[in-house]
Amino acid sequence: MKHTLVALLRDQPGVLNRAVSLFRRRGFNIESLTVGHSEQPGISRMTLVVDGDNTSVEQVIKQLYKLIDVLKVSDVTADANVSRELVLAKVFAPPARRSDLMQIADIFGARVVDVTPDSLMVELTSEPDAADRFIDLLKSFGIREMVRTGCVAMVRGSSTVSAPKSVDRAA
Amino acid sequence: MSKTLNGAQIMCEALIAEGVDVMFGYPGGAIMPFYHALPEYPQLRHVLVRHEQAAGHAAEGYARTSGKVGVCVATSGPGATNLVTALADAMMDSVPIVAITGQVASSMIGKDAFQETDVTGITQPITKHNYLVTDINDLPRVFKEAFHIARTGRPGPVLIDVAKDVQQARAEFAYPAEVDLPGYRPTYDGNSRQIREAAALIATAERPLLMAGRGVLIANAHFELRELVEKTGIPVITTLLGISAIPEDHPLALGMPGMHGWVHVNRAIQQCDLLISVGARFDDRVTGKLDTFARHAKIIHIDIDPAEISKNVYADVPIVGDARSVLSALIAAVEPRDCAAWLQQVREMQATRSQKQYKNDSGLFRPHDVYAELTRIVRGAARFVTDVGQHQMWAAQLIDYLQPHSHITSGGLGTMGFALPAGVGVQIACPDEEVWVIAGDGGWQMNIQELATVVQEGLPLKMAIINNGFLGMVRQWQELFHERRYSATPMWSPDFIKVADAYGIPGLRIDSAAGVAAAIHTARGTRGPFLLEFVVEREVNVYPMVAPGASISEMFEEPAATEPVAIK
Ligand SMILES: Cc1ncc(C[n+]2csc(CCOP(=O)(O)OP(=O)(O)O)c2C)c(N)n1
Repeated sequence: MKHTLVALLRDQPGVLNRAVSLFRRRGFNIESLTVGHSEQPGISRMTLVVDGDNTSVEQVIKQLYKLIDVLKVSDVTADANVSRELVLAKVFAPPARRSDLMQIADIFGARVVDVTPDSLMVELTSEPDAADRFIDLLKSFGIREMVRTGCVAMVRGSSTVSAPKSVDRAA
Repeated sequence: MSKTLNGAQIMCEALIAEGVDVMFGYPGGAIMPFYHALPEYPQLRHVLVRHEQAAGHAAEGYARTSGKVGVCVATSGPGATNLVTALADAMMDSVPIVAITGQVASSMIGKDAFQETDVTGITQPITKHNYLVTDINDLPRVFKEAFHIARTGRPGPVLIDVAKDVQQARAEFAYPAEVDLPGYRPTYDGNSRQIREAAALIATAERPLLMAGRGVLIANAHFELRELVEKTGIPVITTLLGISAIPEDHPLALGMPGMHGWVHVNRAIQQCDLLISVGARFDDRVTGKLDTFARHAKIIHIDIDPAEISKNVYADVPIVGDARSVLSALIAAVEPRDCAAWLQQVREMQATRSQKQYKNDSGLFRPHDVYAELTRIVRGAARFVTDVGQHQMWAAQLIDYLQPHSHITSGGLGTMGFALPAGVGVQIACPDEEVWVIAGDGGWQMNIQELATVVQEGLPLKMAIINNGFLGMVRQWQELFHERRYSATPMWSPDFIKVADAYGIPGLRIDSAAGVAAAIHTARGTRGPFLLEFVVEREVNVYPMVAPGASISEMFEEPAATEPVAIK
C-alpha cells in the first residue's frame, strides 16, 4: 500500500543526501520525493510516497528519525489530506487534433502554457492519481517531453505538522 | 572570558572540555596544524599508532572498556579512509568514538586536491553523524554536538572533518554549555504502561528467559540486571556482546545463544514462553532462521533505539528506553517469584551435554586446552580482547567472565585485526589491570604492526595467538559446507616469536597441552608485554553449531559433524 509521509529537516549540508542514501541502503521503495522550504526558516519539508506494508513504512519512519537533522516525520496517509502534483507536458498537437487536446485539458483543469505550430505545453496541478489518468490520455497524442514534480501533501483542518522547538533551556 | 585562539587550539580546548585525556592517531599534511598545537596541551596524551585503522580500534577498545568517548585522529585522504573499517565496527557495536580528520583547505574542496577525499560522504552510512567544518566559528558547537551525539542515546561513532584553513584561522573561543539539537532527543525512561504490561507478563510466564545484550553493559545496568533476575528467578542468556553483563558463575547465568551458542541455551529460547530482550538487536547470528525463532514466546523488547524494536522479531511489548532506567522500573514493578522448575529443566538439558568439559583424551593439543588453563589460572581477574574467527568463539564459550566489560570483541562487523589495536586501547583505559589479547594466526597479521605501539607506550599486554595454520573459521565452513575444499585458507606465517623479539617483546611457543599452564604463568609473571603462540591441532572445529540460515533448533554437535541434533 502507498503511504504519504511528511518530514521536516534542518537545512544542514548533506541532509538530503543522508535521507536519500538511507532509503537506498535499507532498500526502501520510494515512489516519489519532493523537498522545498517550509513556513519556518531553516527547515525544509519533504514529502515522500512509499510503497510498502505497515511494518516497512514504520521502519522508514524510525530510520529517518535516527538522522540527527530530521525533526519530524508524519504518516499522513490515513488523515484527510490535500495531495497535489504538478505536471508539465509538451504534447504533439497538429491543428487537426488541437481542439481535442484542449478539451481534455479543460476537463482536467489543466492550462495551456505555451503554443507552437505543432505542439502545446500543458500544465496540470492535481492529485497524483488524476495526473496519472491525464498523462495516459496525453499518450495518444504523443508526449514529446514531460516532467512531474512528485507529490506534496498537507493535512486538512487546523492541525499542522510542525517541528519541535529548540531546547527549552529552563527545562 | 573568551580568548582568541587558532582552530587547532580550539580543537584541543574542546577535547579537554569534553574530558578527553588520550587520543590515538597518526599525523599528515591536512591535520598538521592540530598536531602543531598538541604539545601546548600536555594533558592530552597522544598515542601514535602504526596504521589509522588501529587508531580507530584502539579508540574503540578504550571506549568499550571505560564507557568514555574514544578519540582517534587522522589526516585527510588515505589517513581518513584507513579509519573506515573501525568506524563501521563502532557503528555496528554502538561504540562511542569521535574521529577527527584533517581535510584539505576549504578553497580546495571539490577540486580533487592532493589527498582530498569526500570523507563525510564515505562515512555517512557508517557514522551516527558526521560534520565537515569549513568555518572556524562552527568548531566549538560541532565538537560539543559530536561528543554529545557519540555518548548519548544509542552510542556510536561521530566523525569531524576539519578543513586545514579552519585549523589555522583564529577566532574567539567560547565553549557552548549545551547542545541545541531539536531533532535528537533519545528516550531514557520506559513508558510506564508498557512497563506494567511487561511486569504482568513476567508474573504469569511459566518459562521466562532474559536475553542480555551489549545495551546492558553500555548502560552500566549489570547491578539492575542482577537484581531483577534475582528477584524473579529468571535465567539469563548473554549474546556475544552481552557477555559479562552478568557474572558467568551466577546460578542464573546460562551462557551464549546463537550460531555457536550452547545447545541448552538455544533450547531454552525455543521452549520459553516469555523472552525479555534487553539491549540486544536479534542479530541473525543469534536468531538463525527467523520464523523458527522463539516461536512459543511472547517478546518484551527493551532498547534505547526505537528502530531496533520489531525490526527483526515482532515485539509484543516494546519498551524504548535506557536499559538501566527500564530495568530499575521493572524491579519496582515485579513481584518476587521463582522459576525453579524451569531453571532445573534447562540445567538438565545442560547436564546431558558435554558443555564446558574440556577433558581431552585425544592426546592432541586442542585450543580448548588453552582456554581451560586461562580460565583456571586467571579466574576472571583479567580483560580479554578477542579477534574474529574460531578462537573468538571458543573464547566466548570457554572462558568465565566475572567482571562487567571484561570481554571485548568485534561482534556486529566481525573485524579481523581488531584485537591487538583494541587491546592497546583497553590497556590504556585500565593501566593497572591484566589485559589479554587473543587472536588467530590470520587476524594477528592484520594489525601486527601495532606491536610497535605496544612497546612505544610501554603497555604490559599479554598476547596469545591460537595458531592453527589456517584461516580457521573459513576452513571450518569449507569443511562443513564446501566439500572440504580448502581454497585460500591454509596459511604460512612467519616465526611469530622472532617477530615479537624484533620488537623487543619476549615470547614462548607452546606446542603441547602439557606446556600451557607454565607458559601462562610465565607470561603473567613477566613485567611488560608477553606473547604466547599456541601451535594447536590444525583442523579443530567450533561446536556446537547452527548452520548458516538454519533454525537454532538444529544444532551440530561434536564429533558427528554431519548429524544435526534436533531440539524439541
Ligand atoms: C577483515 C576481515 N576479513 C575477512 C574476514 C572473514 N573471516 C572471518 S573468520 C576468518 C578466519 C580467521 O582466521 P584466524 O585469524 O586464523 O582465526 P581462527 O578462525 O583460525 O581462530 C576470516 C578470513 C573477516 N571476518 N574480517
